[in-house]
Parts: sequence; structure tokens; C-alpha cells
Amino acid sequence: MTKVYMDNGATTPVDPKVIEAMQPYFSEVYGNPSSFHSFGREGRNAITEARDKVVELIGADYTKELIFTSGGTEADNYAIKGVASALEAKGKHIITSAVEHHAVLHTCKYLEKRRGFEVTYLPVDEDGLVNPEDVKDAIREDTILITIMMANNEVGTIQPIAQIGEIAKEAGVTFHTDAVQAVGTIPVDVNELNVDLLSLSGHKFNGPKGVGALYIRKGTRINKFMHGGAQERNRRATTENVPAIVGLGKAAEIAMEGLEQKQEKLVSLRDKLISGIEERIDHIKLNGHREKRLPGNVNVSIKYIEGESILMKLDLAGIAASSGSACTSGSLDPSHVLLSMGLTHEVAHGSLRLTLGKYNTKAEVDRVLEVLPKVVADLRSMSPIYNG
Amino acid sequence: MYTDKVMDHFENPRNVGELEGADGVGTVGNAKCGDIMKMYIKVADDKITDIKFKTFGCGAAIATSSIATELVKGKSVKEAQELTNKAVAEALGGLPPAKMHCSNLAADALKKAIDNYLGLETKNECEDHHHHEHNDFDHGCSI
Repeated sequence: MTKVYMDNGATTPVDPKVIEAMQPYFSEVYGNPSSFHSFGREGRNAITEARDKVVELIGADYTKELIFTSGGTEADNYAIKGVASALEAKGKHIITSAVEHHAVLHTCKYLEKRRGFEVTYLPVDEDGLVNPEDVKDAIREDTILITIMMANNEVGTIQPIAQIGEIAKEAGVTFHTDAVQAVGTIPVDVNELNVDLLSLSGHKFNGPKGVGALYIRKGTRINKFMHGGAQERNRRATTENVPAIVGLGKAAEIAMEGLEQKQEKLVSLRDKLISGIEERIDHIKLNGHREKRLPGNVNVSIKYIEGESILMKLDLAGIAASSGSACTSGSLDPSHVLLSMGLTHEVAHGSLRLTLGKYNTKAEVDRVLEVLPKVVADLRSMSPIYNG
Repeated sequence: MYTDKVMDHFENPRNVGELEGADGVGTVGNAKCGDIMKMYIKVADDKITDIKFKTFGCGAAIATSSIATELVKGKSVKEAQELTNKAVAEALGGLPPAKMHCSNLAADALKKAIDNYLGLETKNECEDHHHHEHNDFDHGCSI
């Protein structure tokens, strides 16, 4: 059975060129970058080279503005907790949105519950968009941080980050964006976006897992997250994960070279998939904004059936996807993103996310379009709430 | 995560559909919970002569419905009444803990169908069913 992987929003396969670049950094170039000798120097040089590439990918001005982390989640935690602790004397109010990734939401909840912060969770419209005016209205004297994601991991909606950044800048409030789903897939420029802090993750754009980065604009007040050695300009202690950092650098280089081509390809596959589903299956709803949307994201609610059953049937046919149903979210409720967009529980339970990556093909989209309608018809024939 | 038996009943569900002129019909759950099971029974000489189901829900919900129909088809009404959700889960070789209380409602649906046949009134038990058991370690698809 040919397998089709359409869960690139969860993770992506590592590009063979990335693996090749990483290979020497396990047993050949293994020195600790903090060491004085030539072995250490080689490691240091590799990190410098990788940093240059990532800095270039996000349009940062200085290499010292980029700190490598263990991934997107750590970058989000570092940004939010780091700013909160640096500025808590100034104020204890944070603005975020209701549709953030849990790495942001749960960090904010922690500050709220354990550290006495107040957090405003801005609502979104039916497409999942934050209204920049709402951000403006929510800013108070004691607001120290605004954190709004660049692109939503579930529904793909791209937020007006540059506009929100402008508002934050005018108000003098530090602005962080979780750009984990965006970097390496759509153009990201920290200056155009007016962000002070930006999180990214390697494995979302064909780099290795376990590595990411936090961009910290020069002059941003933030406390360190990991205490110990003086690595990463004394901001993030721990011996650098050199092979992973090299891999992230290579992935950034590849992404930068092929960004336009990748975008075009994904948009064409995505739109074929969306229109194909809309033609073949009735009683469905596209979740997320139709145009302001990640190039590889398809998210539909298929009414009268439940998400986990859809995933199981697809999995049996070799197709990997994901869902925002409670069953698959591992919580009591279906996706907080879909509920925040105003979907009812029953429609949210029937959501299906197909996320395309650079290795997906037209033939794979055709395969999904062949299998999915059968899966839906089959489950609907069993559904007591479906009346033909 | 699921046993082979669950997968078998999910892939090839037994007794799917509706029964015209059913002697009893029972529904449990609601769409908000994420699971709805509807059971139809035909009864003759105090025996379940035919049974069918329709289910909206996750894999476990479909598999438990399917095996429950198999377990009671041809059995006496009394025997069918004695079927428990626990026995249904055991017949499937077990269910993941998160699914034990939310998607395992087939015996309840059957009891409601039998009550309906016997002329007893019952209310939809979804709310009760779904709120008394859950905690951090015990949640799943329909609560």
C-alpha cells in the first residue's frame, strides 16, 4: 500500500541534504564549542555558520539577536517567561489570543495562576483572525507583553502581525510572535513584522527535531531562561546541540533558496485539495481564512461524523492526517481554536486537518480525493444524525 | 492503541443500520459529547431476534456498538438487559482507559431500547454519564 503523509503541520521529514550536513558533527567534529582547542573551535565555527543562515532567513540585523533553543516550545516559554520576569516590576499584564498554540497559552496560564499576572485572551473572528483594533484597545498602563502567533497551526490563518507590531511599537510594548508554522514556509522578516521576539522550530521545515531558535531584538529586556554556563552569549546555558544546530542552519539555507517555489507548489496542491473536497463531499465547512492561509494547510469540518473515525479510516488506507476532535486532542473538549472561531462542539468534533509539505505530490492529493469521499460516505451511512 | 478486535469491529461493523418496525429504539449520548448511539431491536418470544445500530463517534464508539449487537442477538431480553458496558469492553479485549467512560455506551443504548420495548420511560443519560467520572487521567472523546 502506498502511504501518503499529509501531517506536515505536526512535523516534516528531514531533507537528505540536511542529514548530510549534520553527519560530520557526531563523530568527526565533536568538540565542545566552549573548549579552547581546535576541536572546540570547529564546533564554534559550525554554530556561527548556522546562525548566519537562520538570521538571514528571518531578516534579522545582528547575529547576536538569535538564540538557539531546543525547539519552538522552549522559544515560546523563554520569550514569555523571560519578558515577564524582566518587566514584572513595570507591570503584570499580558495580551495574547484565544487561538495560540498551547506552548503560549499554557505558559500564560501559568503566569496567571502562579505568578500573579493578568492575561487578556483576545477573541478571533469566524476565520480565526485577531482584530488589531482589539489589541490596541486591550493595551493598558501595565501591559508588558503582547504575544500573537504568526500563523495558526490548526487552521492555517495568517495573522496581521505587521499591523499588530506597529501598534505595539507605538505603545512601547514588547511584542512576541510564535512563527513556528510560518518560518521556512512563508516570507518572514522581523523588521517588516515589527516584532521584538520571534519563535521558530527546525522540524517544521524539513530540519531536525529538538532544535529551534528565539529571535531577540537588540535592546529587548528579557531574563535568561536556562542558568549555567555562558553559552549563547550567556543567555541560554547548556552545551550546544551542534549537529541539530547545523541541521537547522542547513534547513534555513534550503528554505531560503526555495521559498518561492515551495510556496507556489503548496498553494497549488492546497487549492486542488480544497476544491476537490468541496466538489466531492457535501455538508462540509472550510475552517480558517480562505486566502490569508498557510500554503500547505487544509482544515475542513465534515458534518455528521467524528474526527477520530475519519483519521482511523484514512490511516487504514495509508493516509496520515490529524483532527481537532476531543478524541485526538487528548482533552475533554474539541480544539480550542475551532471553538474560539465559533464552531459548535459537534462541528468541531468532525474536523480534519491535512497539511502539505514540499515532498507531497499531485498524485497524493488525487489519492486523498479518491479515498476521503468513500470514508465519509461510509461513516455517514453509520451516523444516526445524518439523513442522506 | 486499539486491540485487533476493536479494529476488526471498526473496519467491519456488524449489524449496522436501522430496523423498520422495530419493537424498541434507544439512543444515548449527544453530538456535543462526540458520541451518539442508537439501537434498534426486534423481539419475538422474549428473544432479541434482530438488532441494528447507528453510531456517531470515534473508533471505540463504533466498535463497542458493533460487538454489543453480536453479543445479544438471539439472547433473551433478560440476558440482554444484563449486558454491561464493562462486559462489552472486555469482549473487545479491552479499551484504552480514556475511552472506557466516554465511548463505551453500547450497553446503555441497548438497555434504553429494551426499556422502550417494555414501555418504560427513560431520559437521555449523556450528561450524567459524562460528568461523574472524569478526571485528568480519565478523559476521552466524548466528555
